[in-house]
Amino acid sequence: MSEEKRTDTRQYLSTDSDWTFELLETYDREIGRVAKIYGLDTYPNQIEIISAEQMMDAYSSVGMPIGYNHWSYGKQFLATQKSYQRGQMGLAYEIVINSDPCIAYLMEENTMPMQALVIAHACYGHNSFFKGNYLFQTWTDASSIIDYLLFAKNYVRKCEERYGTEEVERMLDACHALQNYGVDRYRRPRPISAAEEKLRQKEREDILQRQVNDLWRTLPTRKNETTTNRRRKFPEEPQENILYFLEKNAPLLEPWQRELVRIVRKIAQYFYPQRQTQVMNEGWATFWHYTLLNHLYDEGKLTDGFMMEILSSHTNVVFQPDYDKPYYSGINPYALGFNMFRDIKRICENPTDEDREWFPDIAGKDWLETLHFAMHNFKDESFVQQFLSPKLMRDFHLFSIYDDDEKPQYKVEAIHNDEGYRTVRSMLSRQYDLSVREPNIQIWSVDLEGDRSLTLRHTMQDGTPLSSDAYEVMKHLHFLWGFDIHLETFKDGKLVSRQSCPSVSVTE
Amino acid sequence: MSYIVDRRLNGKNKSMVNRQRFLRRYKQHIKEAVSDAVNRRSITDMERGEQISIPTRNTHEPMISHGQGGKQHRVFPGNKQFSSGDLLDKPQKGGGGTGSGKAGNQGGGEDDFTFFITKDEFLNYLFDDLALPNMVKKTLSQTKEFKTRRAGFVSEGTPNNLSVVRSLRNAHARRIGMGSGKRRRIRELQEELLSLQAEPVPDLLRINAIETELAELERRLKMLPFIDQIDLRYRSQVKVPTPSSKAVMFCVMDVSGSMTQDVKDLAKRFYLLLYLFLEKNYEHIELVFIRHHTSAKEVTEEEFFYSRETGGTIVSSALKLMNEIVRERYLGSEWNIYGAQASDGDNWDDDSPLCAKILGDELLPIIQHFAYIEITPHEHQALWYAYQGVAQANKSKFATAQIKGASDIYPVFRELFAKERYKEAV
Repeated sequence: MSEEKRTDTRQYLSTDSDWTFELLETYDREIGRVAKIYGLDTYPNQIEIISAEQMMDAYSSVGMPIGYNHWSYGKQFLATQKSYQRGQMGLAYEIVINSDPCIAYLMEENTMPMQALVIAHACYGHNSFFKGNYLFQTWTDASSIIDYLLFAKNYVRKCEERYGTEEVERMLDACHALQNYGVDRYRRPRPISAAEEKLRQKEREDILQRQVNDLWRTLPTRKNETTTNRRRKFPEEPQENILYFLEKNAPLLEPWQRELVRIVRKIAQYFYPQRQTQVMNEGWATFWHYTLLNHLYDEGKLTDGFMMEILSSHTNVVFQPDYDKPYYSGINPYALGFNMFRDIKRICENPTDEDREWFPDIAGKDWLETLHFAMHNFKDESFVQQFLSPKLMRDFHLFSIYDDDEKPQYKVEAIHNDEGYRTVRSMLSRQYDLSVREPNIQIWSVDLEGDRSLTLRHTMQDGTPLSSDAYEVMKHLHFLWGFDIHLETFKDGKLVSRQSCPSVSVTE
Repeated sequence: MSYIVDRRLNGKNKSMVNRQRFLRRYKQHIKEAVSDAVNRRSITDMERGEQISIPTRNTHEPMISHGQGGKQHRVFPGNKQFSSGDLLDKPQKGGGGTGSGKAGNQGGGEDDFTFFITKDEFLNYLFDDLALPNMVKKTLSQTKEFKTRRAGFVSEGTPNNLSVVRSLRNAHARRIGMGSGKRRRIRELQEELLSLQAEPVPDLLRINAIETELAELERRLKMLPFIDQIDLRYRSQVKVPTPSSKAVMFCVMDVSGSMTQDVKDLAKRFYLLLYLFLEKNYEHIELVFIRHHTSAKEVTEEEFFYSRETGGTIVSSALKLMNEIVRERYLGSEWNIYGAQASDGDNWDDDSPLCAKILGDELLPIIQHFAYIEITPHEHQALWYAYQGVAQANKSKFATAQIKGASDIYPVFRELFAKERYKEAV
């Protein structure tokens, strides 16, 4: 009966694999309609059709629609171009930018089913994630990013005209080396606005310079001040945002150089949430392209062939090779994320006894509400910790390895069984924790009254040393700071090594 | 609410600036690679891009990250046989030990960052610090000359371009087209009229009606305009730029018995390099090949390089022929004339002063540049000394050089056309 009814109402949106602008509009409208049914709240979409070459351009500017010029983007472009032309790599079907309106690039080479998939994935999946997830809400301001990028591009260009390309490049190289240390992890940043930036720029330059000058006052201080200020520790608290510290306190930087530090820092901050929500973001978008298009198919609006193409592509995206396969390259965020969201839906709709025991809060609840709750309030680390179910660990056959560099063997510490679930889950969660993934380095002290050297403290995690890049980064830091840089590595509260730039000396 | 924007027509080379920045930063590496390629490749093969490899350590952007070692937990998918507590042997590595293993890694398999530069970029690097000698004419002729050329017919234009024949043909066609229905009707009515009149008792009423209709049709046929606005056709003319900087390159070579194929190959490379160089600077280039032994002859490229002759050598015969050809075909001010002569230095003794005279008095005043290369590992011969005098007097226009082997060509070429020489000339 229901089968018959479906056949009757079947009205395909299109039967051809070629897309047209009218069809794009139709599909976008239909997908948007279905997205509303599921309560996806999105920024307005700006869908841009681009060619493969333009996609390569977009690729190499690390997802920024407007970027300042720098050789490293050229390097990225050459690498992309080479592997694309040799057929080693297909291009992504889409790139989506966290902005308001949300800009999504679609490649003209895509077929109609692929375009529909991409619209559902990017324009409704990612878009609603950008708008809803707490990290994005806290750390980024979608409405001003394009303006800010434009401001940055123009500012960098002006600096190049005034101070020379080489000087600017040197500055940017140094800032890029430290860009992962340009983020406030715990304090909510002020939203950025290009207009405001421009307006306050001059003012800020003056004030900044004054502040710095004050810190580095060389005039003898009056007697009563000497006693109180003597041996004052600076900074009073260790600073994790190295770029911010340099912007405010580096003694020798010109105002324009401080502004460049700020630009790199602001952009790093903009990308900070993306680095923490890869599994969730991709999983969410994949879950929704799958759900939305299936919904349309069930309404009889998509042909079987259309759906086959979408499913084939979808299957490739969520494929997870085993660890021992030659093409294994880590856990596929699409696969993990998609399956986790599906699993949450399953737990809500058809909970087993195991689920009731593990997820008493969500078992049997409204799945849509739960899904939205998960999307809004978590990042990869906490999402895995909270929602990875024993069933999924079994499905993925997850196991955790303990690698101690002092032992000749690896140890399998936990597998997907009753004793292992909790360990596997928290180890996987740790893998997504940025504070574990990145070495913990903070600005410790500045020798204000002596040689003005800057001391950084690296606190070793699990005895993991820094990579050999660290010294190169110190050179950049030295360029920015202008005086000696020391990097002290502490293991379990004890100093184990000390590197200095420019001169190298290792103690103990 | 969605907007769909077609961006395909926007510039695709958004990354061009960044790419150039990258190339500039690694200019030294690229130049070395290009230089290698020039020596390695056959010169006929010069016009294609090149793969450039730069050691990754040079293009690497350092970031602070964790190194190897320490105590790590890692989660993997796809467990098949492990149970918790299993111990697995670590794969054997060269370093083995802990701590100082890091430094050893750097020396190991170092990857290269490879990418391609285009043909044009390749040539740009090749000719990087060269400037065309004596480019006076070229700079003068920077403003392009245009030539008008016919480009069919268009429906709008100025009266002086009106094509009467086309317009009338259109009008004729239109009149036929628009009147055909009426004429058919007239024919039908006339036939009916004839048959009516042929009847014993003509239906006068009907005849009358037909005649009025005929008259009406005739009147309307006459009202068709003889010529109408839409019939008009105008000759269309477009402006095409004429290549204003034209160059002709004379390749002069001794093919007497003393010139071996090896020497000719060397000479060929020199010509090709010169040709490539000119090709970059002129829109249109003609080549003239003159070979000579005791007498000179204009030949095809194939013949020039690959046919063998025997006998003595009289160089002046070739210069005379070149002079004749120049005066006959290339005397206009739009021609930039280049000469390149290759020889093993042999000449009939009494002829050398004559060569110097023809070159100095007749040719050099009207040509842009003349290069003489002597391909011989031995002592200079008479012709060389004769040319030195001319070279002294015409430093900016005449260059001489000696080439011993293939590896000498490129440096010599650069020397011949080095920027300094250009500056002197200006």
